[in-house]
Amino acid sequence: MIRNILAVAEREVRSYFVSPVAWVVTAFMICIWGFLFGIIIPQSRQADLRPVLNNVSVTFLFAAPLLTMRLIAEEARSGTLELMLTQPLREVELVIGKYLGSVVFLVFMLVMTFYFPFLLQIFGSPDRGPMVGGYLGVLLQGMAFLSIGLMASSLTQNQIIAAAVTLVILLLLFLLDSLSRQFTGIVGQVAQYMSITRRFEDMPRGVIDTKDVVFFLTVVLACLFITTQIVSARRWR
Amino acid sequence: MITVEHLTKYYGRIPAVDDISFDVPKGEILGFLGPNGAGKTTTMRILTGYMPPTNGRATVAGHDVFKESLEARRHIGYLPETVPLYPEMTPKAYLNFMGKIRGLDGKTRRARIDDVAEKCKIGDVLNRLIGKLSKGYRQRVGLAQALLADPEVLILDEPTVGLDPRQIVETRQVIRNLAGDHTVILSTHILPEVSVTCQRVIIINRGKVAAIDTPENLQRRMRGSDSLEIEVRGPAEAIHAAIQAIPQVISVSGRGNGSESHLFAVDCEAGSDIREHIASTVVQRGWGLRSLKPASISLEEVFVQLVTAEPGT
Repeated sequence: MIRNILAVAEREVRSYFVSPVAWVVTAFMICIWGFLFGIIIPQSRQADLRPVLNNVSVTFLFAAPLLTMRLIAEEARSGTLELMLTQPLREVELVIGKYLGSVVFLVFMLVMTFYFPFLLQIFGSPDRGPMVGGYLGVLLQGMAFLSIGLMASSLTQNQIIAAAVTLVILLLLFLLDSLSRQFTGIVGQVAQYMSITRRFEDMPRGVIDTKDVVFFLTVVLACLFITTQIVSARRWR
Repeated sequence: MITVEHLTKYYGRIPAVDDISFDVPKGEILGFLGPNGAGKTTTMRILTGYMPPTNGRATVAGHDVFKESLEARRHIGYLPETVPLYPEMTPKAYLNFMGKIRGLDGKTRRARIDDVAEKCKIGDVLNRLIGKLSKGYRQRVGLAQALLADPEVLILDEPTVGLDPRQIVETRQVIRNLAGDHTVILSTHILPEVSVTCQRVIIINRGKVAAIDTPENLQRRMRGSDSLEIEVRGPAEAIHAAIQAIPQVISVSGRGNGSESHLFAVDCEAGSDIREHIASTVVQRGWGLRSLKPASISLEEVFVQLVTAEPGT
């Protein structure tokens, strides 16, 4: 089980590192994040990564669809999904393996920004807690975004459609946050609870609330479960 | 090794596979022959666990392909018609990956990769990107993948399509060598291939089995009469008349002309061996007898006959 998952994950990671889309997305993101860092920090004159990381999470709304669109859609289109499903490989192993591959790439992208805290450390005295919390928040949120993208990718053979569906879902979740502020009462509370950005706000403060971690992990698990069902459903047609 | 019982598969209201039954004993190479859309690929997809049957059942190596799908798949090596591959990988990396999924440990993987690379002649391109390989090489990488874990059963969907003649011959040799140790089902449009590689043939048409037999038996069954082919040097019309005059001859038809001689196809009553009679007739009249041989009905003609016959005949 684990061995198969790791085999699929390794293949996926290698695939990412030779994928033009992945590199272009990474290059853009690093550029944008660098800009953000270079503008925000001098302006705030504070060794605080929070505003930067807030913006990083927003840009990831757009990066996630691009990074996940081909995960299953391309295999369905090229026929390799038929190959995979006729191997002694469980669907759940395939899905988790691919997801893991995308998460590894996310970590890679985030590691590229480690010069932020490094610089802050040289020129100021930032609080360690909030920085770690901030990165953890970005990671968890990113993982949730990726799982949604994986799910969308399993719905179609067309990568563009997969990316579009992911983007729409993520934007809706993002808007849920502003909406939640408008509505009071039950609707507002539910909306606030589900708001993917609201969940994120605490962590850069250094507050790692289990509630938030559980939220993100639930999203991931739910999406992985649904994706596995969708992939298995191909077998039943 | 493989049993198929009343297998049926509907796509909506259309039966792609309609009550097919057959058995494949261990070590046999069975050919699937049929026009496009006959149900060959669908049957293979059911056997490999890619889709479930609507009715009926099938087992591979004793495991039901639907109820014990994972277990059945362990015994099968499959090459789909589209030869799906990962273009961004090299054959070596690809085979390594497939080996891991098959549960082979590092040392075994290396040994098996070398083995199939040699058998399928892809040793030269192991480190080239699959996306850059020619169709022939890609086909062979796909075949290598199917052979990698040395599975008991091989299911090959059109394994020689797209290869050049030399590669076709080599691949057929590889497949023939598998008989005995492996059980093979291969589907093809290339009719001569079936008589050259397979021990038995199933002709499938419109989802149903039209015939199951050895290639030789099929050819024999189709031959209602005996035929001969004769090449003679001499005046065409006179030769034609002389042969027609022989009592057991049913018909004579010209089949073409060489530079000096004429080719005739002679149909005679089944069972009558008139070779010596024809030979002496030709020679006595002073004509040159160039060649005389029994004509066998080709598998093509069997195929066309079986597949275009009116239903019910």
